[in-house]
Amino acid sequence: MKQDIILAGVGGQGILSIAFVIDNAALADGLTFKQAEVHGMAQRGGAVQSHLRLSDGTIWSDLIPKGEADLILSVEPLEALRYMDHLRPDGVIVTSSTPYKNIPDYPDVAEVLEAVRRAPKSVIIDAEALAKEAGTAKAQNIVLLGAAAPVLMLKEQSLLATIDSLFRGRGLPILEANLKAFALGKKAALGS
Amino acid sequence: MSQQILLGDEAVALGAVHAGLSAAYSYPGTPASEILESLVRLSAESGAFKAVWSVNEKVAYEEALGVSFAGKRSLVSFKHVGLNVAADPFMNSAITGANGGFLVVSADDPGMHSSQNEQDSRYYVQFAHIPGFEPSNHQEAYDMAREAYDLSERLGLPVLMRLVTRLSHSRSAVETRQARAQNELKKGAGKDWILLPANARRRFSQLLDQQAEMVRYSEQSPFNRLELNDRDRSLGVIASGIAYNYFREAVAGNVGAPPSFLKVSTYPLPEGLIRRLAAQVDRILVLEDGYPFIERQVRGLFGLPGKTVSGRTDGTLPASGELNPDIVRRSLGLAPLPSLPPSGLPLANRPPQLCVGCPHADTFKALNKALEGRALSNVFSDIGCYTLGALPPYSAIHSCVCMGASVSMARGASDVGLRPAVSVIGDSTFAHSGITPLLGAARADADMTVIILDNATTAMTGGQPTYGSGQELLRLLEGLGVPRAHIRTIEPLPKNHEANVQVIKDEIAHPGLSVIVAVRECIQEQRKKKRS
Ligand code: SF4
Repeated sequence: MKQDIILAGVGGQGILSIAFVIDNAALADGLTFKQAEVHGMAQRGGAVQSHLRLSDGTIWSDLIPKGEADLILSVEPLEALRYMDHLRPDGVIVTSSTPYKNIPDYPDVAEVLEAVRRAPKSVIIDAEALAKEAGTAKAQNIVLLGAAAPVLMLKEQSLLATIDSLFRGRGLPILEANLKAFALGKKAALGS
Repeated sequence: MSQQILLGDEAVALGAVHAGLSAAYSYPGTPASEILESLVRLSAESGAFKAVWSVNEKVAYEEALGVSFAGKRSLVSFKHVGLNVAADPFMNSAITGANGGFLVVSADDPGMHSSQNEQDSRYYVQFAHIPGFEPSNHQEAYDMAREAYDLSERLGLPVLMRLVTRLSHSRSAVETRQARAQNELKKGAGKDWILLPANARRRFSQLLDQQAEMVRYSEQSPFNRLELNDRDRSLGVIASGIAYNYFREAVAGNVGAPPSFLKVSTYPLPEGLIRRLAAQVDRILVLEDGYPFIERQVRGLFGLPGKTVSGRTDGTLPASGELNPDIVRRSLGLAPLPSLPPSGLPLANRPPQLCVGCPHADTFKALNKALEGRALSNVFSDIGCYTLGALPPYSAIHSCVCMGASVSMARGASDVGLRPAVSVIGDSTFAHSGITPLLGAARADADMTVIILDNATTAMTGGQPTYGSGQELLRLLEGLGVPRAHIRTIEPLPKNHEANVQVIKDEIAHPGLSVIVAVRECIQEQRKKKRS
């Protein structure tokens, strides 16, 4: 059994925190994983993507071959589309509906969301609204992680334990907001 | 034994610590920065060894060489072009040899994710006649660090480990070993380390005599692996480093055994293993992420009689750029996997940008205004966040070559009459390689204007310390001989725009050397400080 995930978004949107949670949960679940990430120049408001591979066997390549990705998990709708051709024909897209417009030629948002819906399976989440409801707009990444949780090959308790270890040091209110963000994301995905 | 989640960079670092490292030196550069960053963290935790950000890679290399001279295990790390800066001590350290184990880590950037070229450090390994390692995964990166120290101490030579961006910046779980003790102090033998011609000649011929032993080491190393498929003699694959993963990925779904293959992870090449593979197959495909280093050696000038050698030089693989599983799959003649079509929507690119509120943005706006209307203005720039000043809306710079080149190139252009000649360089890059050319320009009072962007950090690589900032920088400029009246400071803020434009205009008009220091802290660093 394996699961290949492309994490996408814009520098500063917390992609690497999502990756951190999944990596640690995978280790706790006894899975092998490889996670290729982007550092350096691309962090300054540029497109950022990370290839995250989970398996109960050997993983060779750090990068996901085209056609192998089972899931695109994106914190930004335009960025979700960038890697469509990596997705298996029956792959899933989980994305936030909130555009991050730091470029002059950002396409029409309705068209972007329409293109996401053309994928065989897609879950579009208003992560910004749910994160605010949870208590901090910064938790949009964790909302999306919650939305993806039902399809991940990881135990939910492993994900929650890592979220706990990631945020506990930043104070109880922040930890609680992130746990709530996870729950709201999951609920929204299951209801969609 | 325990499992840890590590970046490729961190795996090498931890491997070195567990192998008994005493001191490590580096200058930041993507994708190598995380090696010393993790060593700085580990050193703060244990206090057992030193981890130092050096002024530049040459200095770092020599500092590490001094550790080896003293009999202790040392490490120096940098990105591939950093090895150019350190090339002088690097080449000569192959002649002095190593006393304590000496590991040089050079991280290449195939595909130029954040570099000016994609040079392949394995050529330096061959150039210097020393052993090299090229891990294909995190566990190997960790294990090879200890192996490299053992080999370094056995042969009495520095050993280079070549990483690539894709491994440096990939995370996975690594099984760690018990740490071992550091070496005792033990001084190097003077006759080996004084490279007077008589000593150097003797040492170089010793080095050449060791080559056969190094090849034998490669042939026996468990990091290299030969698997022959007796049923199919049509193809044999030689795959090195990370390219080996793409090969195994591509053939993992095949029914039956993969084609014959040789995994190469140590240098000089395991010649005997390559001969055995070649004897078995009609065609050899060489997969390597970087230059066709192995491919050219296997083919030689006259080729292999009766065999075909394929790879980057015959068009089977692209001549340049990073490999990936899709390219390698195609090179093996395998059909692409079924996938969704691209979205069909024209997807606007999202290039990296200066952070909103970055001080460099205000400096570039003022500089552009000051140069407005001049047909022949040339702004020589350098390596840092400010290189993004090349992109709209600033389009403010006209060169970016290598660390420090902005100052020296402005001097050269000014010498032959190009006016105004302006150089834009960050404080960390200035300390790295800008001081020496400015010393020369000051002595000549060259007609040029140097703008030092003092944001008090090495910002682009994540905020490492800098050596030429604030009052110290101003005193340094005076000491170099820059005329006191033409050392000016500005604070790049929107409210100071008009005044800053005037300062830049005045100094460009001055028919001699001026240095303008634009002082304002990087906002990312400011934020970090506020948070902690
Ligand atoms: S990291 Fe600092 S120097 Fe670099 S673009 Fe951002 S604010 Fe400017």
